[in-house]
Amino acid sequence: MELNVLFGGRAGDGIRQLGQLWARLLARRGYRVFLYDDYPSLIRGGHNFTVVRASELPVSSHRERVEILVALNSEALERHRWRLEKEGLILGEDLEAGVSVPWKEIVKEERAPAIMRNTAALASLARLLDIPWEELEGHLRRDLPKETELNLKIAHRSYQKTSGGVFRSLPVLSQEPWPTFFGNEALALGAVAAGLKLYVAYPMTPASSILHYLALHGETLGVTTIHPENEIAAILCALGASYAGWPSMVGTSGGGFALMVEALSLAGQAELPIVIIECQRPGPSTGVPTYTMQGDLDFVASAGHGEFPRVVLAPGEAEEAFRLSAWALYLAWKFQIPVLVLSDKQVSESLFTTKLPLDEVPRLEFKAWAGGGEYQRYALAPDGISPLAFPGDPQAVVKVNSYEHDPYGITTEEPELIAQMQEKRFRKLSLLKDLLDAPAWVKAEGEGETALVVWGSTRGPAWEVARALGWRYVQPLVLEPFPERALKAALEGVKKVIVAETNFTGALVRRLKAHGIQVDHQVLKYDGRPFSLEELEGKVRGL
Amino acid sequence: MLARAKDPLSTYAEITWCPGCGNFGLLTALKKVLKGWQEEGALSRLVLVSGIGCHAKIVDYVAVNSFYAIHGRVLPVAWGIKMARPELTVLGHAGDGDAYGEGLAHLIFAAKRNLNLTLVVHNNSVYGLTTGQFTPTSPKGFKGRSTPKGSPETPINPLELMLASGATFVARGYAGRPAHLATLIEAGLRHPGFAFIDVLQPCYTFFNTYDFFNARVKELPPGHDPTDFEAALRWALKWDYSQEAQEIPLGIFYQVSKPLYEDLVRVSPKEPDLEEHIKRLHS
Repeated sequence: MELNVLFGGRAGDGIRQLGQLWARLLARRGYRVFLYDDYPSLIRGGHNFTVVRASELPVSSHRERVEILVALNSEALERHRWRLEKEGLILGEDLEAGVSVPWKEIVKEERAPAIMRNTAALASLARLLDIPWEELEGHLRRDLPKETELNLKIAHRSYQKTSGGVFRSLPVLSQEPWPTFFGNEALALGAVAAGLKLYVAYPMTPASSILHYLALHGETLGVTTIHPENEIAAILCALGASYAGWPSMVGTSGGGFALMVEALSLAGQAELPIVIIECQRPGPSTGVPTYTMQGDLDFVASAGHGEFPRVVLAPGEAEEAFRLSAWALYLAWKFQIPVLVLSDKQVSESLFTTKLPLDEVPRLEFKAWAGGGEYQRYALAPDGISPLAFPGDPQAVVKVNSYEHDPYGITTEEPELIAQMQEKRFRKLSLLKDLLDAPAWVKAEGEGETALVVWGSTRGPAWEVARALGWRYVQPLVLEPFPERALKAALEGVKKVIVAETNFTGALVRRLKAHGIQVDHQVLKYDGRPFSLEELEGKVRGL
Repeated sequence: MLARAKDPLSTYAEITWCPGCGNFGLLTALKKVLKGWQEEGALSRLVLVSGIGCHAKIVDYVAVNSFYAIHGRVLPVAWGIKMARPELTVLGHAGDGDAYGEGLAHLIFAAKRNLNLTLVVHNNSVYGLTTGQFTPTSPKGFKGRSTPKGSPETPINPLELMLASGATFVARGYAGRPAHLATLIEAGLRHPGFAFIDVLQPCYTFFNTYDFFNARVKELPPGHDPTDFEAALRWALKWDYSQEAQEIPLGIFYQVSKPLYEDLVRVSPKEPDLEEHIKRLHS
C-alpha cells in the first residue's frame, strides 16, 4: 500500500507548504511519509516541485513515478506528465484531461492572496482521496495558525467544487502515527537532547533551517541562538562559549565551513569541544545552492592545518540525524575535540516520519576537574583527556592557547613538550577508534553475497533497493576515524561490493580501498539530484 | 607553580618583548588593574582574551584565566565567553593588525551590538612579530618591509570608526602613561557595554614613536562631557593618526548607556521537555 503525489508550480505558489500539509495529514493517518523538495535558488518564478511518498512501511526516499500529479500551473503538467503511472490522476485548473477545479476563481472571490490556491488544491486532493471534510478541517486548524478562517473557507469551497468521485480510498492505518521532522529539525533536536546550550550560525542553504528552528524555539528548548556577522565569528563565538562551559554548535554548508577551518584547527590545538554541522550542497564554490551532493567528505575529514584528532559522522535520514547530532555533542565533550556532522540537502531539507529515540541518546558528560592541587588545563593525562575546569572557578586559573603549550597552557617551543602534547592529543584517537570502530557504528542488514555500501543520504533509496534485491545493506555512520574492522566484519562472506554515492570521484570508494576493502562497482551521480528509488535500482541491478 | 612566588600575579613565563617595548607600559597598567581585582577577591571572575602578535603574549605573563586565540578573532571569542557566563568580566587584548585589519568586521559588530566587554588595542601602527610591515593605522608614506616605497594608504582613525559604529565607551590611552591607562582600563571593565580603548604603543624596534607621542599627548580637559557625541567626535578628529599633529588627546572621549546585547539575546539554560515539544509541534 503506497501512494505517491507530486505537487508542482512556480516558486511562490506555496508548493512546499502544500506538500508538507499533505504529508502531515497522511502521517496522522498512520502512514510513514517521505517528502522530497526540489526548488531552484530564487524567491519568485522558476519551477518548484515536491514529491510526497506515503507507505505503510518506513520510507526515506522518493519514487520517480507518481499516482497523482497536482499541477498549480501548466508548466508543472508539461514537466512531470511522464512521471504519471497508468491510471494516474492529474489534478489542476483548466485541464484538458483530469480533474479541474477553479482554485483561482475561488481565491479571487474570497479576496484572498493568490498563494492560498495551495489550500484549495489540498482540499481537492483530500476530496478525491475520500478524506472527510471534518478531518481536513481539523488538520488545517492545527497546521495553519495564520488566516485560519480564510483558509478554511477556501478549502471548503474547493472541497465542495471538486467532482469526479473518489480516486482512491486511503484507509486510516491501525499503526501508531509517527511525528514528522525535516532532517535539520532532527539534527537540532538531537543536540538539544544531549545538552546543547548555544547555536551560532550564519545563514547558508541547506543549513539555514537549523538556525531558523532554534531561533524560533530556543526559549522552549533552552538554547541561545545567534546569527553573527559571518561564519568566522560563528565558530569563534561557539569556541569562546565552550571554553566557558557551554556546549555549543555551529552549522553551515561547504562554503561557510571553508571560512571556519582556521578555527577548527584552533579547536584541535586548544582541545575545545565543538560540534560543526556541515550540510553539503553541490560545489565547487557557490555551485548549485539548493540541490544535493556528497562532495565534501574529503574536505571535512582533512580540513584544518596541522594534525589533530576529530570525528566525522554522517546521518542518512532524520532518526540518524537525531542520534548522530546527540552523539556528536557527547563525543566532543567526552574527548574535547571537534566533531563534524556531515549532512546534505537531501537529509537536511527532506521531511521524514520517525519516532525520535529520546531515551536512547547519550547526555553530555565530561571529565571534570576534582580540585586539589594546582589546576593544569592540559595536564598530561594517561588517556590524553585533561580534566576540565571553567573560568570563574576560584580554585583554578584556566588558560587555553592556540599556540603549542605546556600543561598550564603557557606557550612553549620546547621540542620535548611539543612532542608530548601531540602524543597526548593523539592518545584520544586510540580511545575513539576503540569506541567507534564497532558494529553499532556500521549499519548492516541482510545476508546476501552482494553488498550495497553507501553513506549519508544515499541510505534512503539504497536500503530499500538492497532489501528488494536480497542484497546485504551496509552503511558506516562514522567516516573518521574510519571503522575499518567493523566494515570488514559487516562485509564478511560478501563476494561483490557495490558502492553508490552522489559525487564525481567516489569518496567512500577511495576510503574503502585505502583500508583494504575491495570495491567491484561504483555507481556515482553528480547532477545535484538524489537517487530516486527506481533510478538506483536500475543502475545497480545486474551489476 | 604557574604564579611566581614573589609576584603572584605573574607567571613563570619569560617575557620576550624587546627592551623598551611599549607593551611593558601596558603590562604595568594591566597588573595595576589586576591587583585591584585580586584585593577584592574577584580575580577568578576575570578572563583575558588575546589575538596573535606581540601584544598577545601578555596573557602568558599574568596568572589569570585566559584564552590565547588566533589573529583577528579576539572579539568573537570574548563574545562567546560572555554569552555562556555573563557573570564573568571579559577583557580583550588585540593588536592593531588584529582589531583593525584581520578582524575589523568583528570590531564594528561588537560596537553595534553593545557586547558587554572591554577591548584594549595595543596600537603600535606596525606589525612587530612579523618584523615590520605597515598596518591599518600606519601613517601614509610609512616605509615597512611590504611597502618599501612608503604606505600608499591613509590610516584609519579607530576612535572615529568606533563612534560611528555605536560603541558606548570610547577611550584612548598611551603606553607611556601606565597609571592613566590603568584608570581607563578599570573604567572600561566597569562600563556596562562595549568599552573600546585604543592604546598608543610605541614599537621600540620597528616604529619608535616615544618622542613623537611624549611631545603631543594631552589628557582631555576636565570640562569635556563624555555623553556629548558631537564633542566626542570633534575630539576624536583632532588627530588623524598621521605624523602631522600638534596635540593628541587621551582619556574617555565618549561614554553612554545602552541596552546590553546579552540581556536581549541570551536564553537561560533549562531542561527542555522534548516529548511535549514534539507532541505540540511535530505530531
